[in-house]
Amino acid sequence: MFGISFIAPILQLIVLGYAASLDVSNMPMVVCDMDHSAASRDLVDHFTSTGYFSIKGYVERHTEIDSWLDDGHASIAIVIPKNFERNLNNGKQAPLQVIADGTETSSASIGFSYASMIVMQYSQNILMESLLKHGQQIIAAQVSPEVRVWYNPDLKSRNFMVPGVLGLLLMVMTMILTSLAIVKEKELGTLEQLVVTPIRPYQLIIGKLAPFFVIGIVDVLLVVAAAAVVFSLPVKGGVLLLIGLSILFLMTTLGLGLFISTISHTQQQAMMTAIFFFMFPMMFFSGFVFPIENMPVLIQYVSVLVPLRYYFVIVRGLFLKGVGMAMLWPQAVALLVFGLVILSLSVARFQKRIG
Amino acid sequence: MSLNIFPIVHKEFRQIRRDKRTLAVLLFIPALMLFLFGYALNFDIKHTATAVYDEDNSAVSRDFIQQFFRNEYFDYTYCLNSKSEINNLVDGGSVKMVLVIPKKFSDHLAHGENTPVQIIIDGSNSNTGSVLVGYVNMIIQQYSMNVLAETFARQGGKMIAAPIDYEPRVWYNPELKSAKFLVPGLIAFILMVTAVISTALAVVRERELGTMEQIMVSPVKPVELILGKTIPYTVISLIATVMILILGAILFDVTIKGSVLLLALVTIIFLIGALGMGLFISTIAETQQVAFMIAVLATMLPTFILSGFVFPIRNMPWIIQVITYIIPARYFLVALRAIVLKGVGISAFWEQLLYMVAFAALMLTVSSIRLKKILS
Repeated sequence: MFGISFIAPILQLIVLGYAASLDVSNMPMVVCDMDHSAASRDLVDHFTSTGYFSIKGYVERHTEIDSWLDDGHASIAIVIPKNFERNLNNGKQAPLQVIADGTETSSASIGFSYASMIVMQYSQNILMESLLKHGQQIIAAQVSPEVRVWYNPDLKSRNFMVPGVLGLLLMVMTMILTSLAIVKEKELGTLEQLVVTPIRPYQLIIGKLAPFFVIGIVDVLLVVAAAAVVFSLPVKGGVLLLIGLSILFLMTTLGLGLFISTISHTQQQAMMTAIFFFMFPMMFFSGFVFPIENMPVLIQYVSVLVPLRYYFVIVRGLFLKGVGMAMLWPQAVALLVFGLVILSLSVARFQKRIG
Repeated sequence: MSLNIFPIVHKEFRQIRRDKRTLAVLLFIPALMLFLFGYALNFDIKHTATAVYDEDNSAVSRDFIQQFFRNEYFDYTYCLNSKSEINNLVDGGSVKMVLVIPKKFSDHLAHGENTPVQIIIDGSNSNTGSVLVGYVNMIIQQYSMNVLAETFARQGGKMIAAPIDYEPRVWYNPELKSAKFLVPGLIAFILMVTAVISTALAVVRERELGTMEQIMVSPVKPVELILGKTIPYTVISLIATVMILILGAILFDVTIKGSVLLLALVTIIFLIGALGMGLFISTIAETQQVAFMIAVLATMLPTFILSGFVFPIRNMPWIIQVITYIIPARYFLVALRAIVLKGVGISAFWEQLLYMVAFAALMLTVSSIRLKKILS
């Protein structure tokens, strides 16, 4: 148990930090070049030189594409029909087809936006060239986008995920283990033995919660160290502030753990309740992977009740943006209120049950 | 032998039935999750809150800004009067993007000079960030093209069209609906989690409560115990699968394009592997708590993240890709998507099927060896 509590978080952090990525690069592409011209090869080069696509094979006929996409060896196909070059040279529109495997929705749409960017760039070059070739002096201004990405300039998924994993781990380690630890005493009948000893209920509760509180704090420190060492992601907003706000979050998870233990009779039941009624909804409604602002309005209201949501704003604010209490106080207040309510509610329920 | 299985099956079923909440969880949560995944959770990036700081404030700059808000990607949320407001808005997360049009934007354009436009994007969510960068580049490039064409036309050239007639097409899921992508993944996820966790506890519980000794002195053989313990959860998991498929068809139009029989075969093979894994965990853990932790750590996050359910495997670093080879859901997902979405036959995923059979055989062997040890 000891090993699981401390080694698992680090393992998970590293695996998830590297794996949980929606970045699109080297999308496997199959090329159907029926023109075999300099222009068609040039276009294909445009696709590969960006690094977003990598060619896995060439086919001669349109029908051969099917099997490539069917068995998943390619997820995007580019079809250059005959006379592509001739059309371009004659100033006619040259058709070009790009086919994407839509089963992976997110990759497909990102891949499409890269593809259309590349095609548009290529079109523009051709247009300019042909104008020059015809001796047209044309001065047309271009608007150049100067895009600056703040907080995560390389748009690395792991910078987004690593702070998120911290929130998820804390929830699993503290909420679920707390509920199991208490229900275990119930299931084995040792809770009655504790109740008849001179230990007061509040002492019992504190004694039961304290170890998981300590585990939670140690996990925070472990993750902070691992994030800095492995992912070079230091806590810009200050480690002390992170610990302070994590304590507020731990209040909510420990409180929920205690609450689950008061409504469960067996460990299996506690676990099922914890996972399916608390963990899944919290994991999905908190903005861990799926942005809250994309959800239907009704669900957005539901997510207000998820403490993890506030903690995510806090960890991402502290790790990525480096903001301080001036920005994070609403989240801190929400966690505090939530923590106090759930703790007092479950302590009351717990006392009633053993009293 | 078969005589001894039924009492155990009967007992497990009774135990599940008495625990109404667990039963409800096993049967209805899958449906609820499907509903959520279909309606609530998606990666579509629309209505991004955007602030605009227009230093030029001319007809041209307003027209340029208009290009961004003609589609549903961006929402015009704030109009800024000074640059100092940007920091607070972006830091606080009120806007995800800021558009800064410099002074003399229109002058530069009129004189045919290139002019920069500054765009600030909140990159803390890398996925949203990269999609936004793509949208922005596309809109601006389109605008530049239009300027080019207009200037050309004004100078007496004939109107030109874009040289390439670009036709993007999506196969298998033409509207790029997230739900279609997620339904097969959800089946794998739910089967893995419910099957492994519920069986992981099955044997440990007997040990923790001391009832294992009672089974040991009874004439039940290890094989019978395994079958008796797993059959009830297999049945429940299969019912959950059927429910997901029916709901997926009703709510999201995800009909099974391929053979239903093949789907059933693949699902059962995967389930046997998952149940075997649960049993194995059950035999190495001393307490339910430990069994549960191992089961969660071994199934939930890996199946969610390392199987290709949400995150494409090919984008992962090679070392992580190596790890994904031991995640059984990875193979199941390929087969599921192939059958449900693409409607292809066994030839497209026989390798995956082979692996799943091997995994199931391995798990059952290992766990029955361990179980024999415990029983003797």
